[in-house]
Amino acid sequence: MASVTYDHVYKSYGDTEVIKDLNIEVADQEFLVFVGPSGCGKSTSLRMLAGLEEITSGEIRIGDRVVNNVAPKDRDVAMVFQSYALYPHMTVYDNMAFGLKLRKTPKHIIDQRVREASKSLGIENLLDRRPRQLSGGQRQRVAVGRAIVREPAVFLLDEPLSNLDAKLRVEARSFISKLHQRLGTTFIYVTHDQVEAMTMGTRICVLNAGVLQQIDTPFNLYHNPANIFVGGFIGSPSMNFFDAELTENNGSLRLDTGVFAVNIPASIAEPYKSHAGSKVVVGIRPEDIHDVNYQPPGITPSVIEANVDVVEQMGNEMILYLETGGKTFIARTDPRTDARIGNKLGVAINMDNVHIFDANTEQSLAYEYKKEKMEREGEHAIGGEVPVSSEADTSSE
Amino acid sequence: MDQISQAVLAILLGVGGMGFYFFASNFLLDRVYAAETQAADRAKKRIRPWLFVAPALLSLTFYLVYPAVDTFRRSLFNARTEEFVGINNYVWAFTNETLREAFRNNILWLLIVPLFSVVFGLAVAVLADKVRYESLAKAFIFMPMAISFVGASVVWRFVYAFVPPGRPQIGILNAIVTSLGGAPKGWFIDVPRPWNSLFLMVVLIWIQAGFAMVLLSAALKAVPEETVEAAKIDGANDVQLFFRIVLPQIRSTVFVVYTTIVIIVLKVFDIVFVMTSGQFGTEVLANRMFREMFRFVNFGRGSTIAVILMVAVVPIMYINIRRFREEELVR
Repeated sequence: MASVTYDHVYKSYGDTEVIKDLNIEVADQEFLVFVGPSGCGKSTSLRMLAGLEEITSGEIRIGDRVVNNVAPKDRDVAMVFQSYALYPHMTVYDNMAFGLKLRKTPKHIIDQRVREASKSLGIENLLDRRPRQLSGGQRQRVAVGRAIVREPAVFLLDEPLSNLDAKLRVEARSFISKLHQRLGTTFIYVTHDQVEAMTMGTRICVLNAGVLQQIDTPFNLYHNPANIFVGGFIGSPSMNFFDAELTENNGSLRLDTGVFAVNIPASIAEPYKSHAGSKVVVGIRPEDIHDVNYQPPGITPSVIEANVDVVEQMGNEMILYLETGGKTFIARTDPRTDARIGNKLGVAINMDNVHIFDANTEQSLAYEYKKEKMEREGEHAIGGEVPVSSEADTSSE
Repeated sequence: MDQISQAVLAILLGVGGMGFYFFASNFLLDRVYAAETQAADRAKKRIRPWLFVAPALLSLTFYLVYPAVDTFRRSLFNARTEEFVGINNYVWAFTNETLREAFRNNILWLLIVPLFSVVFGLAVAVLADKVRYESLAKAFIFMPMAISFVGASVVWRFVYAFVPPGRPQIGILNAIVTSLGGAPKGWFIDVPRPWNSLFLMVVLIWIQAGFAMVLLSAALKAVPEETVEAAKIDGANDVQLFFRIVLPQIRSTVFVVYTTIVIIVLKVFDIVFVMTSGQFGTEVLANRMFREMFRFVNFGRGSTIAVILMVAVVPIMYINIRRFREEELVR
């Protein structure tokens, strides 16, 4: 058990900087997820912690120990690879026992740990098999088992679910979450899948192009994205963005996108007042755009009209591809919506939940304000009436 | 000019003749079973593959099976294949002093050459993997493979060349010895048998290490990098990494390379023939076979050695094929 610290870590390959000034403190027993698009440096960050990549500058600490020059085997970490990296010439038992054998662990302890771990993973009947005789899901469990028996201070997982089919992936997700709770060890998990990140992480670290964008709880990332990238990356379908101008008229703020204009309700206007007159980007999540006839109670609606391009009936909700003034956007509405392709539809934007970003810096104008408010009044001070769960978040009443 | 046109004609006749054979034989088959019944269809399906395999089968029979059988027959006869002598030639082969020496040398070759070729090849493959100019380094090591055994032997004769003391040494080995103040040596005469054979084995190792390196290098590159990384995190040091993670994953290639070189060693002839002609106790079976057969024109004894060599290869081929099959199964 240990904390992990990235302290001004840089990594470059030749002239290419792939990690720029990474600063992260991971508390003991935390489940931290690195998420970002491919090539963002998330795997590199993990591999630097494992000792498989050297650090160009900065410091990585596990517990209180600086591990920059410590060999991987002496870092007390265990890793699950995307390809599982099982030793093809060894049985499942030997795969799991290998690390312990190298550490000269007494035979009976090895045996006990391997059997315990394989039992908890449901692979005790596979111990004599070779990796090639296993299915993808079984291999994945063996890879996890190999990490468990080592009883490491930090668990590293590099996209461990991306080679599984959709159904197995959902099962494995909850299985790894449970494992984290049971072991009470620090977990560091890399994924490109924001659903995995949101459902598993106690905190999520969003990376883009080697730069840390935001590190926060899933709730905060969703409700208070620090910048346009995070806003667009977290949430599915992703946030709609509109270029707009923030204008002030008789003391009330107004967003003018050129194709439609909406008022900012006074209840959330506070952090934006000082930015009146500037160019902004408005971010509206699909789940905050409703059919006017089926809008949930308690929202602050602003109604605009749009053409319906595509309709996707999901049963529990409806995904609408809308268009107005040459600008397309996506809405998640009540499934009863009678939108027809080619028709016009009145949609209500829930103005309580709009996100406004500076057009130049791409930073959220309300980030600090919302953060302070949350610290003062608790998490649910922001986020309006929207249910907390991200996955099951629908617009139905 | 005449030869070239003849060669072209031969090629055209060969290829054209085969083409004609395939078309004609298939045409004939279709004519014979012209009826559109199921029975005719079945017969055609059964016969047609044989039409395609037949030429290969026939030529294998004439060029491989028949000579093998005939060699065995001749091994039971006297020098001019006139008088049946039973197993006399075999008795001679296992009792004759020179042949015993050849057996002993062949066993030494078998023990030393494949092992060192594989070890050197593997070492170079592993080390070259970590070098910047990997392909260049490997090209140099591989180059001897491109030289014929005879050519390589001529090269190495110069390396071992002996000139009486007092004159400039043209052999590099003796040049080094004399420059260090030693007296020049006749390497095959002054080094006691059977160890003088080592100087011949070096030539084959020099050639075969390149071959081993190429195959092993390819196998090494196919070892998943993640398994190595996983083992590093699991606690393996470099030696453990190599012997417990990497080597087991390429062992089938190691085995194939090893057995291939074993077969080459069993057949070794050119190197001995060119460098010592089997003198000074460096005789090997293949060279002895050649000498009995064509120098002493003793077909009986020559054939006997050939049969012995053939029998010696059989178990290796058997193991090779069985392993190949096993691997096909797991794949």
